[in-house]
Amino acid sequence: MPLRRFPHPRKANAALTLLATLSLLFGLTLADSAWRARSTNRAADRALVRELGLTDLSLFTEARYTRHPTQADRHSPFQDHPAALDHFPSGALLPPPPGLTLYSHEE
Amino acid sequence: MPVGLVFRDCDTVSPPLLPTAADFAMRPLLERQKYLIDYTLAALFRRKTRNLGLLLVYTLLVFLFASVLLLSQGLRREAALLLQDAPEVVVQKLIAGRHDPLPAAWLDTLRRIRGVGSARGRLWGYYYDPAVKANYTLMAAPERGLAADEIIVGAALARIRQIGVGDYLSLRATDGRPLPMKIIGILDSASELLGADLLLLSETGFRQLFQLPPAVYTDAVLTVRNPREASTVANKIALALPASRPILRAEILRTYDAVFHWREGMTFVALGSLLLAFLILAWDKAAGLSAEEKREIGILKAIGWETGDILRMKLWEGTLLSLTAFLAGYLLAWWQVFYGGARLFAPVLKGWAVLYPDFRLTPAVDLQQVLVLLAVTVLPYIVATLIPGWRAAISDPDAAMRG
Repeated sequence: MPLRRFPHPRKANAALTLLATLSLLFGLTLADSAWRARSTNRAADRALVRELGLTDLSLFTEARYTRHPTQADRHSPFQDHPAALDHFPSGALLPPPPGLTLYSHEE
Repeated sequence: MPVGLVFRDCDTVSPPLLPTAADFAMRPLLERQKYLIDYTLAALFRRKTRNLGLLLVYTLLVFLFASVLLLSQGLRREAALLLQDAPEVVVQKLIAGRHDPLPAAWLDTLRRIRGVGSARGRLWGYYYDPAVKANYTLMAAPERGLAADEIIVGAALARIRQIGVGDYLSLRATDGRPLPMKIIGILDSASELLGADLLLLSETGFRQLFQLPPAVYTDAVLTVRNPREASTVANKIALALPASRPILRAEILRTYDAVFHWREGMTFVALGSLLLAFLILAWDKAAGLSAEEKREIGILKAIGWETGDILRMKLWEGTLLSLTAFLAGYLLAWWQVFYGGARLFAPVLKGWAVLYPDFRLTPAVDLQQVLVLLAVTVLPYIVATLIPGWRAAISDPDAAMRG
């Protein structure tokens, strides 16, 4: 029995083309990552870090221990009074610096 | 697939829509797979609303997970690259567990420690600006040659205060006096991730503002002759100055690595409930074949499809849906994080902060993590599609058609 031809464009072709396009774009993201990692010039940023002796990123500027997590002492999130709770939202997302944890002191 | 459709096509004079087993044997492999895909898509489109809804939710789920993954990877790499030039050792003075100004005399003690290359005092601190309710990081920048009343500000600070070069910014000194400072420069906006809230001033200006005595610094930064001996030098510092707290560059880098791992983990925990809800939905959809779907498989077997063909058809069904959702979700996440400024996550990163850097991350991909994401999101769905299809396919066609 002769097989009826599917009208163009065939669904399979459209689906495979879509998957191939998405896969190609996925491959391009990997190429973009590799290319931009090499081409991005961070000389000015690194010079600023060297000049000022910067230690932290200015991502969370709400409290001093979130602005400079690497410089914070172990009490700063609870600075208001003994047994005070840390009340800044970023504090909930920041772990204690590894250098201040019990584990690191045992090493 | 409606039963009537198959019988109608077989019974009418027009050629059948479905390929028979004989056609399969004759067709080359690719053409055979294309027919299977055609059939799978036709079956999926018959339950259009349900499957499109599933695709949408699936894409959204991958988008959220991939966004968190890419953002934390990007930030982690940015921190590692930028902070590799951070001071080798920072020395603080602690009193009662709190950071205290470091006496200038300590610098000489530090310089005398074997292995220390150079030691210089840093002056930095925080300033709360009630006008915009924002915290600034103030830092003395001796190498900039600033006059006592001159400052350089970060791009985000300039943006929020709507000030530019030549304008004056009035700061309130510790004794209550207003100190008008002339802005003579704005830090490059490409460096916002480092200096969004920075306000650079001269050492004199800094001491005037905070009424700081001349013989103290905020902390000290050291260079070490042999970087591999940094931890030994830190131990010597702790012995020579018991009230000190040395912080190594390695610790700074470790902190940032941990910060973003933690943040990623916290977000994943929050998204976990979403993933579970989706898994229940997908499992219910894929694993629980309806009576109609079982009847469809029975009919396919009755007209000559082999169990292998049905499994291949089910494999295509799972692959087409889950791979499309994965790739679309991942690509959307990529665009959002690296080209859209990760605005979706800005409220989370911002917290209560008023100043927030406008930054563009350099794309960073950890292929291993992407493959894990692929495995976690795509494989379970394919398995959940295959197993019930296989169960229905190995049963007797007559029993399957009767439901």
